Amino acid sequence: MSDHAVSLPAGTGSIGLEASGPRGPKPRHVFSRRNIFLYGTLIVVALYYLLPLYVMVVTSLKGMPEIRLGNIFSPPLEITFEPWVKAWSSACTGLNCDGLSRGFWNSVRITVPSVILSIAIASVNGYALANWRFKGADTFFVILIVGAFIPYQVMIYPIVIILREIGLYGSLSGLVIVHSIFGMPILTLLFRNYFSSMPEELFRAARVDGAGFWGIYFRIMLPMSLPIFVVAIIIQVTGIWNDFLFGVVYTRPDTYPMTVQLNNIVNSVQGVKEYNVNMAATILTGLVPLVVYFISGKLFVRGIAAGAVKG
Amino acid sequence: MSKSERPNQLFRNLNAKVASIPMVLTALVIFVGGSAWTVLYSFTNSKLLPRLNFVGLDQYYRLWSTPRWLISIENLLVYGVLSLVFSLVIGFMLAALLDQKIRFEDTFRTIFLYPFALSFIVTGLVWQWLLNPEFGIQGVVRGLGWESFNFDPLYNSSIVIYGITIAALWQGTGLIMCLMLAGLRGIDEDIWKAARVDGIPMWKTYLFIIIPMMRPVFVTALVIIAAGIVKVYDLVVAQTSGGPGIASEVPAKYVYDYMFFAQNLGQGFAASTMMLLSVLIVIVPWAYLEFGGRKRV
Repeated sequence: MSDHAVSLPAGTGSIGLEASGPRGPKPRHVFSRRNIFLYGTLIVVALYYLLPLYVMVVTSLKGMPEIRLGNIFSPPLEITFEPWVKAWSSACTGLNCDGLSRGFWNSVRITVPSVILSIAIASVNGYALANWRFKGADTFFVILIVGAFIPYQVMIYPIVIILREIGLYGSLSGLVIVHSIFGMPILTLLFRNYFSSMPEELFRAARVDGAGFWGIYFRIMLPMSLPIFVVAIIIQVTGIWNDFLFGVVYTRPDTYPMTVQLNNIVNSVQGVKEYNVNMAATILTGLVPLVVYFISGKLFVRGIAAGAVKG
Repeated sequence: MSKSERPNQLFRNLNAKVASIPMVLTALVIFVGGSAWTVLYSFTNSKLLPRLNFVGLDQYYRLWSTPRWLISIENLLVYGVLSLVFSLVIGFMLAALLDQKIRFEDTFRTIFLYPFALSFIVTGLVWQWLLNPEFGIQGVVRGLGWESFNFDPLYNSSIVIYGITIAALWQGTGLIMCLMLAGLRGIDEDIWKAARVDGIPMWKTYLFIIIPMMRPVFVTALVIIAAGIVKVYDLVVAQTSGGPGIASEVPAKYVYDYMFFAQNLGQGFAASTMMLLSVLIVIVPWAYLEFGGRKRV
């Protein structure tokens, strides 16, 4: 792994007993038993986690004859991009045979407005909760947070009725509203906590200078909280892109998001199973959140930590 | 700012109230109203359309005598216990390994966490392929010469739920690891020094000192995992569609199928009310400790 000794702080191993000796951490051998165990375990586990991704990619690059003969772990003898093309533009779901591209664009048309709307609502709301408390605000906030734990199944049908009443059932805008509703608890929590941690004096000074609710929000809070907006965007893009339940309940076949269409392609009972096309389609669907994940790096971790650990 | 003038209470702070309208509507109409509506209609015999024709607890009697629901509950329990125990154990162990001041920590963390970015649909489909008896892991091992090797959880109704749990663990342990790692980083270095001076072995320090100190992290992880368990739906749909037969059905799927396919809304409402009940049993004590137990600052 590395060819020079890993120097570890004294804290990690046994300590020397002699009081007077060389100062600083004890030099360690790269191939100490501890290191072999530690890195060995980590590498084995890492390989396990990477295996499905590897198999997906490898399978999607093989032809069907090769899949039938070889094993799933062997690299492709002949690389073909046919499955990818087919998955994107001509795989069939029911009567439509225009591939995953339809689902992809539906997902884009769902995700973009949902992300913007939910973050706009939640950031203003979190700001109001943090800086402009009014009586009863905290009660609603607690209901909102506790409500985030209610299984969606309990609220699905009432929302169907509401959307049907306002004529949005089955449309993309209906789904955008649903995503904004269910993104609200986590995002409001995120923004409220962030705005609460900003110095109170800032807000006071702006008030003294005569800025109002929106003035402070747009001119002070917004420019100062770009990182948290990025975190919110990461949470929402991956969350909404990966959603399946709301997609399948609130849209029709021609407006299905990518995940729903993917499931219909792979789990369709008609025809011969084309495993390579299925895996190409699966990668294509996972690509957007994966790209977000690898680009965002530490911010993604911060996002899930913020979402997970309250505080 | 001065609070000397106090005009009409209702219009005071009006902008903040306007900005909170979506939150108030969501909290009251969707969360409270929607749940109450579903609970109310679970006492009716609604079929294709919701009707207020009360039949008492009939839907619940029928629910608890339907084999499919009983299997769903059993699966949820097995899946729940397994994923709870294993994600906590694996998540903590991975975090402890990463906390040894190792090199390439970021690389390892990135690898362990990436499945969490993928949807349950993608996860389910990959593992469906890996566990394919003909071409997947079983096929490969048999191809190596071990002809009697058997590993086909997705086609064996008695172990199918374990196949689903494997996929769920692959997807979710990274998150728990991240939480645990954050928790471990929050522990004072002096604790470690003190334990070392006292000659306490490392594993004992973890077990009896560090883990008790990380109680809040474990509670958070527990709540997150528990909330995820009850909601499990897409993973099953993608991986097995509830099969073979009804062997891997889960409550969330029962609700969906009865509401939108079987056109038996009453059953769907009763089943979802049972789901709500099970969540409340977990959430209410936690929320009480979190929000009610001590004064808000």
